[in-house]
Amino acid sequence: MKTAKEFHPIDFVNRQVRDIPPSGIRRFFDIAATMEDVISLGVGEPDFVTPWHIRSEAVKSLEKGRTYYTANAGLLELRREIAKYMEKTIHVSYHPEDEIVVTVGASEALDAALRALVEPGDEVLIPEPSFVCYKPCTVLAGGVPVPIETRAEDGFKLTPELLKSAITEKSKILVLPYPNNPTGGIMTEEDLSQIVPIIKENNLMVISDEIYSELTYTGKHVSIATFDGMRDRTVVINGFSKAFAMTGWRLGFACAHPDVLSAILKIHQYGIMSAPTFSQYAAIEALKHGRADVERMKEEYNIRRKFLVDSLNEMGMTCFNPYGAFYVFTSNKKFGMTSEDFCQSLLEEQRLAVVPGTAFGDSGEGFVRISYAYSQDNIKKALKRLEAFAKNH
Amino acid sequence: MEFTRKILNLLERNATYCAKDISELLGEDEIKVAKEIARLRDEGVILGTKTLINWDKISPELTVATIELKVTPQKGEGFDKIAREIYAFPEVRSVTLMSGGYDLAVTVVGNSMKDVAMFVGEKLSTLDTVVSTATHFVLKNYKVDGVLYVEEPKDERVITL
Repeated sequence: MKTAKEFHPIDFVNRQVRDIPPSGIRRFFDIAATMEDVISLGVGEPDFVTPWHIRSEAVKSLEKGRTYYTANAGLLELRREIAKYMEKTIHVSYHPEDEIVVTVGASEALDAALRALVEPGDEVLIPEPSFVCYKPCTVLAGGVPVPIETRAEDGFKLTPELLKSAITEKSKILVLPYPNNPTGGIMTEEDLSQIVPIIKENNLMVISDEIYSELTYTGKHVSIATFDGMRDRTVVINGFSKAFAMTGWRLGFACAHPDVLSAILKIHQYGIMSAPTFSQYAAIEALKHGRADVERMKEEYNIRRKFLVDSLNEMGMTCFNPYGAFYVFTSNKKFGMTSEDFCQSLLEEQRLAVVPGTAFGDSGEGFVRISYAYSQDNIKKALKRLEAFAKNH
Repeated sequence: MEFTRKILNLLERNATYCAKDISELLGEDEIKVAKEIARLRDEGVILGTKTLINWDKISPELTVATIELKVTPQKGEGFDKIAREIYAFPEVRSVTLMSGGYDLAVTVVGNSMKDVAMFVGEKLSTLDTVVSTATHFVLKNYKVDGVLYVEEPKDERVITL
């Protein structure tokens, strides 16, 4: 019999989970939410509403009573459309039957992929600055996250030198988050060709998070899976959130070799059953007829991107010209403060909220992330406040 | 054609874009863009540039009306002659030939409802070939020519991470 002692729910919480630090972004914006008249450029989702024809398909599916579970891996029709989409965009063929799974957002695909591949002690290489989920999900999967600090002078790319210096005997997975949140950096065909041999030599598996693939402003997005011998080594993750403005629909997908995909599917099956049915019907419509919408939104982001970069440069806030996603990672070094202090002061003095670069990894120090998933009007208003701050410092 | 259309779409959005701006946005050569803009101007595709003003904020008494005109088209001239006579008036901001229940949609700007009504009564209705007029006054502008005149709806997005 256990000795009776005081009951504290916290004692029951998995220690690993307890040790995961709270999100830097969350904490900061919780403070901003308590203040009046704050302009925030911190959001990480499109300001566009999902195009009507896509919403309409979801409504129709509900009207038709399609409210049951779908196949665990997702509607076959959707997986077929996804296969066509991958063929068209990254020129890689995947079998809808056993190489594609439809997930609850690219987030679930990422989490399931890590859990499917990582064993206790495996090292997962994570270029930083990058999306805040990779580290915690790696830890929760029992792995060891190994950050790789990318640099502004390299365009925040993963260079062969940086990759080589991070690899150890325990390295198993490389997360490749490009186009990148928060830096807007991309990996061109040339850049990828330089790391492919290193990945093969060291027998790594790649999880390629390509959620911003449609938002590439110069040239076309290239996936590492297109390289010779890389298709079976890569789990390609993508989704509908950013390109089709379907963040709230929670729909994404993973494509991988059948042996890996079936493991991801197992986790997905037991944890989730299947992704939302009406979201899947909407996604079929998005892939079949949503091309023009994607182009329209991308053109809009591009206009804002240029406007923001030009304005920041005029203010003397040097900014790495982002080639993808919808963020500008601008340097706050000229103010002689840490990113956190800068964001804090900016919020207090000018009621403008942007995200400190350190929320995305230690190598984000000296930078702040400004999102341009906002109308030009909003961006203009925000820039006025930033200008006012710059004048006072 | 795609190239031309893209340039025009950008200029329509923002008339202050120069050839350099457009070349950066489209990833095209600056000289090529400049030449195309010059050509479009010469050919009357680009008609001019204007500044969009929200007059409600400066002169709330300014009154805009849309008048539906029914006219008798003239032999040999169709609607062109009457349209010419109407658009010659400085008070007339636009004249458009329409399909449906009336012929010409005319936008008139005046200093008051009475002003506009007097203009319609004295100057438009009295024109030869005008059969009838129906005047509608603009009460509030929400979106005009692609530009929002009102505050954008509140941003409901939350920070999820």
